[in-house]
Amino acid sequence: MLSELPLLSLLIWVPILGGIAVLAAGDREPWGARSLALITSLLTFLLSIPLFTGFDTGTAAMQFEELTPWVAAFDINYHLGVDGISVPLIILTTFTTVLVVLAGWEVIRKRVAQYMAAFLIMEGLMIGVFAALDAVLFYVFWEGMLIPMFLIIGIWGGPRRVYATIKFFLYTFFGSVFMLVALIYMYIQSGSFGILDFHLLPLGMTEQILIFIAFLLAFAVKVPMWPVHTWLPDAHVEAPTGGSVILAAIMLKIGGYGFLRFSLPITPDASQELDWLIISLSLIAVVYIGFVAIVQQDMKKLIAYSSIAHMGFATLGFFLIFAIIENTGTAQGALLGLEGGMVQMISHGFISGALFLCVGVLYDRMHSREISDYGGVVNTMPIFGAFMVLFAMANSGLPGTSGFIGEFMVILASFKANFWYAFLAATTLMLGAAYSLWLVKRVVFGEVGNKQVAQLQDVNRREFLILGVLAAAVLLLGLWPAPLVDLMHATLENLLAHVLVSKL
Amino acid sequence: MAFVSQAVDRVFKMNVEMMGLQLLLPEIFVLTMACIVLVLDLFLHDRNRVVTYGLSQLTLFGALALVIALADGDSHTAMFGTYVADPMASLAKAFVMLVVFAVFLYSKDYLRQRDLFKGEYYVLGLFGVLGMMVMISAHSYLTLYLGLELLSLSLYAMVAFHRDSGVASEAAMKYFVLGALASGMLLYGMSLIYGITGSLNIAEVAASIGAMAELELALIFALSFVVLGLAFKLGAVPFHMWIPDVYHGAPTCVTLFIGSAPKIAAFAMAMRLLAESLGGVQADWGGMLAILAVLSLAVGNVIAIAQANLKRMLAYSTISHVGFLLLGILSGTVEGYASALFYAITYAIMAAAAFGMIILLSRTGFEADTLEDFKGLNARSPWHAFLMLLVMFSMAGVPPTVGFYAKLAVIQAVVGVDLLWLALVAVFFSIIGAFYYLRVVKLMYFDEPLDSQPLEYGTDMHVAISVNGLAILLLGLFPGALMSACMAAMGL
Repeated sequence: MLSELPLLSLLIWVPILGGIAVLAAGDREPWGARSLALITSLLTFLLSIPLFTGFDTGTAAMQFEELTPWVAAFDINYHLGVDGISVPLIILTTFTTVLVVLAGWEVIRKRVAQYMAAFLIMEGLMIGVFAALDAVLFYVFWEGMLIPMFLIIGIWGGPRRVYATIKFFLYTFFGSVFMLVALIYMYIQSGSFGILDFHLLPLGMTEQILIFIAFLLAFAVKVPMWPVHTWLPDAHVEAPTGGSVILAAIMLKIGGYGFLRFSLPITPDASQELDWLIISLSLIAVVYIGFVAIVQQDMKKLIAYSSIAHMGFATLGFFLIFAIIENTGTAQGALLGLEGGMVQMISHGFISGALFLCVGVLYDRMHSREISDYGGVVNTMPIFGAFMVLFAMANSGLPGTSGFIGEFMVILASFKANFWYAFLAATTLMLGAAYSLWLVKRVVFGEVGNKQVAQLQDVNRREFLILGVLAAAVLLLGLWPAPLVDLMHATLENLLAHVLVSKL
Repeated sequence: MAFVSQAVDRVFKMNVEMMGLQLLLPEIFVLTMACIVLVLDLFLHDRNRVVTYGLSQLTLFGALALVIALADGDSHTAMFGTYVADPMASLAKAFVMLVVFAVFLYSKDYLRQRDLFKGEYYVLGLFGVLGMMVMISAHSYLTLYLGLELLSLSLYAMVAFHRDSGVASEAAMKYFVLGALASGMLLYGMSLIYGITGSLNIAEVAASIGAMAELELALIFALSFVVLGLAFKLGAVPFHMWIPDVYHGAPTCVTLFIGSAPKIAAFAMAMRLLAESLGGVQADWGGMLAILAVLSLAVGNVIAIAQANLKRMLAYSTISHVGFLLLGILSGTVEGYASALFYAITYAIMAAAAFGMIILLSRTGFEADTLEDFKGLNARSPWHAFLMLLVMFSMAGVPPTVGFYAKLAVIQAVVGVDLLWLALVAVFFSIIGAFYYLRVVKLMYFDEPLDSQPLEYGTDMHVAISVNGLAILLLGLFPGALMSACMAAMGL
């Protein structure tokens, strides 16, 4: 019965239509808008569960496929499908959106309906990005996603929101238009916009390198990789809490997803040729941005920089494969790198989302993100303190939390590639601990900093629920990552086998 | 009696069929109605002026029905080969009617508020429509020129229509002088081609160029003049100077007219001239258009950033859109022509909505034509802010609006003929372009309103602009039908 439903279409369109309904309901009844948004997001989350339970982990083929002609003149199809890479990301999206709707529950007072609708519509578009198997469809979702985010940062953001949101939009737009040209070029070559057809399209080395660079521009901005990361701290700082959470937990992952879905399989030879570039940029992100994170005075900025460093791990894991194969001759270690990168992405989705929500909890009470305005929060907010410490620990990669698994897998893989890669990557264990724990020390522990902190109320039930669910997810993934790894295993194995076959 | 009427009937029918006059029915209808409206309007009292308006809209509606009824998917010539009715003409005319229908509707309240609700606007508008129809269906240089001049003269008069406005008179004067110069250039080019090929008929010119063993230098010389005249009419850089001044100076309802439907007609003129009659020297005009396109994209997008007046900003944005249009034409392939037709049609729809929105925000004694006037529109009217958001994102080429597909199709055509560098230039400048469209969205959504007066608009205006704005979204979600129609119009 379930398998007959167009599950992916439902996942895309239920939130979008729900968002339109919320818009139509309007602001006159803010509670109505909120409840409708919550119901829609919960429904979407429930719809995404059969994706996990009904997923056949034994095959790398696309599942839950839907194919309808869309623009016949250009052979553009409404083609959806998911594999082991996209399913966890889709579930992450539906899960996070529920939390974001809850997080904005009482906090957002201005234009509630528009706020909720923007997040719901964005949820649908992001799921579309992960599920699209047609390049134009992918691009439509990829770009369409920018519009709600642009509005979210611009309308509900902080004082420098206009600068931040225009920077965010233009950076991403800049990256993606070159990808569009690359997609069109491949359409002309192959006569199809199917992403899976692109995987099989033979391309010469020069073409591959140019296409790889076009993709790199798009995905590196999204991830973001050093040196095109500067939009992220601005966007994060100015975005409302919900916007930061979606940005960190899901939007950044879309860049990583792009590398796995486009760059590696479409241009394997160029990826091999230029893997040094990605590895260098990733290591710079891990080490340099790690240092930058330490000196931040603003909590959100600190977490934003830590996100860049952590995403560096994901891209490092993805592009280590060639060096590992060259070094060890077996694919086993390379697979570890890919899986580590994916686990890192999912885990970072939970952890960074949770940290931004923690900052949101504080910000709602104090209206300040400056670290120096806090101190001794644990004295007045013990439950919150416990959560924040847990998430900070997870952020620094404490064993038993999800943060550990991904980092450990990638470091292990990088040892098989090159000692120095591993050495530099492992500095994150120190740097991550330094900025995360120092943040906790200054904000949560110590003497009560000032009068305002002394009057803080601990988390309410709604906040407890949000943080508690995330804490459970972080611990569950940390203690029992097997279901996630099993989910991705066949797909990544197949991807690796595909990448290792030269297209020349 | 019956015998006489039968005979008359037969003679009439014979003549009509011999000349192919039934193909011209839409034009004949518009001409007749324009004359009727002109005369009738003389006898109407000011308070009954709405009759003029209603008849004009009826004319457009009737012409649209005739165009659709006569479209049979084949190409026919009439009037001894000077007129052609083909699928491209039907499609282009149909959209001209639809867009002008919206233009007339948007203009009504605006004219009323300014005491300009006179028959002249609609009569001139109808003659302009007739000019566009003749241009679109021209199969001889002479017909083309006649259509162009009919359109241009109507437009000059419309720009000057607000007699007491100094800016408008200046704009009209500029437009007239520069426009006449351009027409002269075009005519000179045409006469040279006549000298070389001995014909003004498009098919004959094409045949005689195709038969040439080697190209004559004189032909390239003539071609330069033709391209120059065309570039002027389209407003491609460096022949764009008139656009910002005319757009800015003209009453907004006239800017709306000039900025929308004539783009479709200008595209058709470019097709008839370049693709159909001078297709043999595509390599030469392709290069010329490439220069014009790159310059238009660069100048249009960059200078638009510096504008504080929305009408001027949209004028520069038009210039950049013309750059895209030229890209589609210069590829010289059928796909390219289809993409340019798609671009012209969607641009006309977007421009109608954009200028329509300015009209909607304006009221008696107040012109909402600066960027500041759009501040906080979301707080004043979320629905209209959303429509304008669609228009802006569509002009920037962001999916899921139709502007994205227009750009996609053009870039695809350009990449298809191995002009990758042009595609890269185009997307690069569209990033710059995105900035000033975003700024409008920023003003509407992120800023507080300066103006707290409620918007004044009639129900018809509200419905029309909603349909217009939603069309941009719906065509973006389902571009297939229009895209196929454009392909079919080009014979694919």
